[in-house]
Amino acid sequence: MSFAAFLLAATAPAALGDPAQEARAQSLDREIRCVQCENEPIAQSTAEIATDMRALVRERIAAGDSDEEIRAYFRQRYGDFVLFRPPFDARTWALWAAPLILGGAGLFAVLASRRRRSAAAAEFTPEEGER
Amino acid sequence: MEGRRRAMIAEIGAFAATLALALSLAQGGLGLFFQQSEARAAAAAALAQAAALCCGLAFVLLVTLFVQSDFTVAVVAANSHIDKPLIYKIAGAWGNHEGSMLLWCFVSALFGAIFASVRGSQSLGLWARTIGVQGLVTAGALTYALFLSNPFARLDPAPMIGSGLNPLLQDPALAAHPPLLYLGYVGMSVPFSLALAALLEGKADQAWARVLRPWTLIAWTSLTLGIGLGSYWAYYELGWGGWWFWDPVENASFMPWLVAAALVHSAIVTERRGSLASWTTLLAIMGFGLALLGTFLVRSGVLTSVHAFAVDPQRGIAVLVMLAVALGAGFGLYAWRASTLGQPSGFAAVSRESMLVWNNFGLAVAAGVVLIGTIYPLLVEAFGGGLISVGPPFFNATVAPLLLLLFLLLPLGPMLTWRKGDMSAALLKLAPAAILAVLTLIIALVATQWRAAPAIGLMIGVWLVAGGFIYIWTRLQRGAGKLSAKIALLPLAVWSMSLAHIGTGVLTLGAVAETGFRTEQAVALSPGEGVAFAGRRITLLEVGSVEGPNYSATRANFRVDQTNGAAHALSAERRYFTTSPMPTSEVGILSALDGDLYVALGEQVRETQGAWTVRLYHNPLVHLIFIGVTLMALGGGLSLVALARKRRAAS
Repeated sequence: MSFAAFLLAATAPAALGDPAQEARAQSLDREIRCVQCENEPIAQSTAEIATDMRALVRERIAAGDSDEEIRAYFRQRYGDFVLFRPPFDARTWALWAAPLILGGAGLFAVLASRRRRSAAAAEFTPEEGER
Repeated sequence: MEGRRRAMIAEIGAFAATLALALSLAQGGLGLFFQQSEARAAAAAALAQAAALCCGLAFVLLVTLFVQSDFTVAVVAANSHIDKPLIYKIAGAWGNHEGSMLLWCFVSALFGAIFASVRGSQSLGLWARTIGVQGLVTAGALTYALFLSNPFARLDPAPMIGSGLNPLLQDPALAAHPPLLYLGYVGMSVPFSLALAALLEGKADQAWARVLRPWTLIAWTSLTLGIGLGSYWAYYELGWGGWWFWDPVENASFMPWLVAAALVHSAIVTERRGSLASWTTLLAIMGFGLALLGTFLVRSGVLTSVHAFAVDPQRGIAVLVMLAVALGAGFGLYAWRASTLGQPSGFAAVSRESMLVWNNFGLAVAAGVVLIGTIYPLLVEAFGGGLISVGPPFFNATVAPLLLLLFLLLPLGPMLTWRKGDMSAALLKLAPAAILAVLTLIIALVATQWRAAPAIGLMIGVWLVAGGFIYIWTRLQRGAGKLSAKIALLPLAVWSMSLAHIGTGVLTLGAVAETGFRTEQAVALSPGEGVAFAGRRITLLEVGSVEGPNYSATRANFRVDQTNGAAHALSAERRYFTTSPMPTSEVGILSALDGDLYVALGEQVRETQGAWTVRLYHNPLVHLIFIGVTLMALGGGLSLVALARKRRAAS
């Protein structure tokens, strides 16, 4: 595992030693919004505060926090704005339900119009269906 | 003398645009109140051509002002610079709000003129009314451009050198990106005008859909190319290693794209079978509505925050008014007249039509979810709920599975016949594709240690690609004769559709692989130091400075050693423009069959002398994304050619 040791030596100080933990950190980096930038996750931002926030993510992981605990930690510090994955609560239930509501309404419309059409289609033979 | 002639250009431009406004208003009036008079309709058509000429002249004059660096014009002073290369002086004409709105007007007038010039076999009523509505669309846009964002406004005193184009925009891909997007956005105005004309006529029949299809294809193909180019630009210019960020600006173009894609398909049903006429008109109205909403979202500043909108609300409100008028007229007419449109012809639950209905269901619901996700933070903030963010985790969890579900059905569509299809026969023909897809799933599951999401995505990509080839194969089975002769005789429409569908599959493979399996690492490297990454060894050779025409850059040279002993040179830059405090990055990309090695240069490390932050990404199969998009656009383009040929043969 000299390869891994070499990798570690050259890695920026903020990265975590355990690849699984670092993968978790990178995935969280993509969900947390840089509070100073315009619509960028901290994973991408070059701003100083983003660097600090990335370091904070790794600090919390090293301290044994779960992903959910880390999200809650950032939320508590910076507000809901900091999470690209909006929490499910009284304000956002309609957002999370939107796919179901839209899908349900669409499904209803498709099925209702089909009832009209399938009556008319019953008269055709498959041969007529060939173009 | 020279100075005075130059000084007139902006005034002539403003005059041409004002004239275009008057002409397009007259075009609107004559076209809509043509009272079955061929002469009046022909006059409206001539006015459409004149309006396009005037708009074209105004736009060319604006470009001239940029080329001449006439800093007495406010827009030029704010967005150009004397040291800028010529191509970016030209591109600067549409790289800003005022100029891009004038381009919007020009494209709208141009499409109106082209529509007016190619009447084909359209009925007088449909032709004249469409010209009329299109005239009003152009007039609305011109009113906005002239009164709220006049590109020809003067500046006194004039600066000497100009403040320069946003350096990020100084890039060949971005020079072409806005015009293509606008061709797409504004392209949706013709289907909108056709839909309103059909509602006024009380008839949306097969002949109407035949006129609608090419215009929808133009819009969809342009949007595909525009979005693809924008995505490619973001990939190699932003230095973030990604290609799609579910950014509101991206979503603003993705929504009309989804609706245009739905419209391309529903128009086929209306043309071939006469069914879905009222749904097709509704889609055409919504498509243009979303294109306008996209313009509003991008141009009003509302996206960052509703408070940013309050800083300069005038323009945003004007676009909102246009949106309200367009959608109000559209939906109002629809509610009033839709019941008179066409007679639905029946089709069975298993049929080509039915599959296209599911296609429309999926695309429309996806567009709705993107819309809600994009505006939801604004709504919450407007109702006093504070700031929330809706980003990639939301869209990846909702829109992506929905589209994958839709893609699961896609290969079945072409295999079924119109009216009533045979599902078991279709499934039997597709069996090889299904087997290949399931094998992919199993292999991917084992190789990734049971990561279900990317494995399912890869399975669906393979299913789409293989399904597309099987469709071509089954079409080649028809009739007798030699295979080569049959390949030559295969209708262009078969190729174009298959190409677009295979492209969708290729894009899916690339998108899933890149999202699921990309690796990234940030390292601090001093010259001479190396790091092992993604099966390669990357060594920083040296860091030096380079001078560009209007920037200075820090360039880092790397050597990449592969396991097979091959070595490649790679360099990445950070560019500092004199006119902007934010540096831009030129990434180094080493493309191989398995994907891209992507290197972005960061900042100098403060603690360690001479060390630089370097971001390394390995993006597996990322090129498939751009190949897929190209195939899709190629399919759209070929489909246009096929339609044109068919029409010529018919006339």
